[in-house]
Amino acid sequence: MQLKEKLLSSYMAFEETIDLENSIHDIRNDAIKFFEQSGFPTKKLEAWKYTSLNSILKEDYSIFPKKEDTIEYRDIKKYCVHDIDTYQIVFIDGIFASHLSQTTHDKLDACLMSSALNKPKYKPIIKKYFNKVAPKESLTALNTAFSYEGAYIKIPKGVAAEKPIQILNFSTGNEHALMIQPRNLIIVEDNAQVQIVERHQSLTENAVLTNSVTEIFVGKNADLDYYKIQNDKITSSLIDNTYISQERDSNASVHTFSFGGKLTRNNLNFYQNGSNINSTLKGVTIIEGKQHVDHNTLVHHKKPHCESHQDYKGIFAEKSTGVFNGKVLVDKIAQKTDAYQSNNNILIDDQATINSKPQLEIFADDVKCSHGCTIGQLDEEALFYMQSRGIPKKEARALLMYAFANNVLNSVKIPEIKNRITKQIALKIGVELGFDL
Amino acid sequence: MLKINNLHAEVTGNKILKGLNLEIKPGEVHAIMGPNGSGKSTLASVIAGNEEYEATEGEILFEKSNISDLSADERAHKGIFLSFQYPVEIPGVTVTNFIKTAINQIRKAQGLKDMPANEMLKKIREKSALLHMDRKFLSRSLNEGFSGGEKKRNEIFQMAMLEPKLAILDETDSGLDIDALRVVADGVNKLRTKDNATLVITHYQRLLDYIVPDVVHVLVDGKIIKSGDKNLARELEERGYDWLKEETLV
Repeated sequence: MQLKEKLLSSYMAFEETIDLENSIHDIRNDAIKFFEQSGFPTKKLEAWKYTSLNSILKEDYSIFPKKEDTIEYRDIKKYCVHDIDTYQIVFIDGIFASHLSQTTHDKLDACLMSSALNKPKYKPIIKKYFNKVAPKESLTALNTAFSYEGAYIKIPKGVAAEKPIQILNFSTGNEHALMIQPRNLIIVEDNAQVQIVERHQSLTENAVLTNSVTEIFVGKNADLDYYKIQNDKITSSLIDNTYISQERDSNASVHTFSFGGKLTRNNLNFYQNGSNINSTLKGVTIIEGKQHVDHNTLVHHKKPHCESHQDYKGIFAEKSTGVFNGKVLVDKIAQKTDAYQSNNNILIDDQATINSKPQLEIFADDVKCSHGCTIGQLDEEALFYMQSRGIPKKEARALLMYAFANNVLNSVKIPEIKNRITKQIALKIGVELGFDL
Repeated sequence: MLKINNLHAEVTGNKILKGLNLEIKPGEVHAIMGPNGSGKSTLASVIAGNEEYEATEGEILFEKSNISDLSADERAHKGIFLSFQYPVEIPGVTVTNFIKTAINQIRKAQGLKDMPANEMLKKIREKSALLHMDRKFLSRSLNEGFSGGEKKRNEIFQMAMLEPKLAILDETDSGLDIDALRVVADGVNKLRTKDNATLVITHYQRLLDYIVPDVVHVLVDGKIIKSGDKNLARELEERGYDWLKEETLV
């Protein structure tokens, strides 16, 4: 059976397990209908021109995993940011693992989507926010149809979360192949602040397909600082759909570190609904083998006097492939927009590929919008310069690659994350440098 | 210290050096002068081990061993330093981090441990003072947005830090105003000892007023056609190179 058919029939089974009276049931139903009509995206679609899902859709994925869960903290510790105190919301094969988690309802909510969807007290919030920023798109709709579990985070007005919140999704390989669809809802109310770290990690080499949707609402003068760490097994694929709605005077930044996985697609959309908003999108991609990473971004400037900054760096070795498809949309009313987009890439080997496509659609006439994209090899002259000072070629290459990724790391506000990513880059490049950049 | 015998070198198939001979002894300063395109910078690059250039014939002996097959970093480990005509900008790496990395990589190649941090700091302070360098300068990205003078000063600062046996200064005077030239030349002179040697490559005699050479060579069309003392440089400044070319033809 094709995956699409399997999902459609699984939906019927899923309906039997959930509360049909639930207010989101209609939303789920509409979503599955939309998915049924549209199906999985193909390369015929402009937004999927350079990323084919064919190779990952042919697996026979389990849609509902068995509830066998023998994972202990020591199995996952290295994948967590464990050197600082954090809230942790941990899922094993898509199911909440309370013994590995540290959730809270004190001052802020860092808990479960399943509770938010089912408990009456959350009903007004779900009504107000659920599926409100996610657009009609087939994979997002598929997630919506099956939406049941994930992280629910709400930072009330004026509260600054005192420690970062980690959303960690592990897969065990209990299934031959597993498809999981986490659904996260994050609400940062007016004047609130939060830092979030998200990771999807497979613990075995069994095939995993994650189709994740995260809806984020950033209130007036609120601050969101989000880190996505993608360094999964070569058998795991991730389609990450993150939709961020921002109100006036707010800041939202998302850093995406893509170091591994079979296929990774990041759909990252920002919608600016007020003035004086700042949106930051940064990414470092370092891959090799036949890995594929696709960054598909959208920043929709809908009001005047807002900024957006995009800076994506990619280093592609062997036969790896990358895509950057960055769209900036500036409405007619959005005067004085300052939008900057940059995508720089280094191809280490002849067979590595990057397709970089910046798109600017500007309907306002008084704006500052710029974009730039470079694709190159490491600068031979710079390598010789460094070698002439006694730095061997391998270290010189590493130093150049470090330097290349450096300005993306500059804006990382959690030192432990910065440290971790720095080390990860050193590991990927295969050297130990005597200093941190 | 350095002995070059019958060196032929080419870049992308163009023959640039056509049988060059040169010998430099410890404690000496040699200057190579010559018109544009005569092969001056090629010679510097070939000695330093730039892979873009291919030495097709002859040999380069450094302290009696043939270094032709060594990579640029291995030559640096032996004590050869090239000050670039156009130092490369490396955004994201600070001057301090770069020099620390260079020193410790050289030490590693010599089987030594990393230089202790306080010793490194002391040395950086001392040598940057020698070049009248601002402290802020050290935490800037290497050569990024540096003026011509700052770049050259930074080259000599690195030379001071690395303490090479043979320093090759490729057009170090180009783009320098007179004050910067003095500071740079002064730095080079202070670094001179009886055990190290300097090869100054220049187009103009001006630099040689400050770094006084023991021997001046004239390089034309890939060969040294005349050598002499410092007065040869003055003569070249006054008369140009054409009279020498004619002389050789005769």
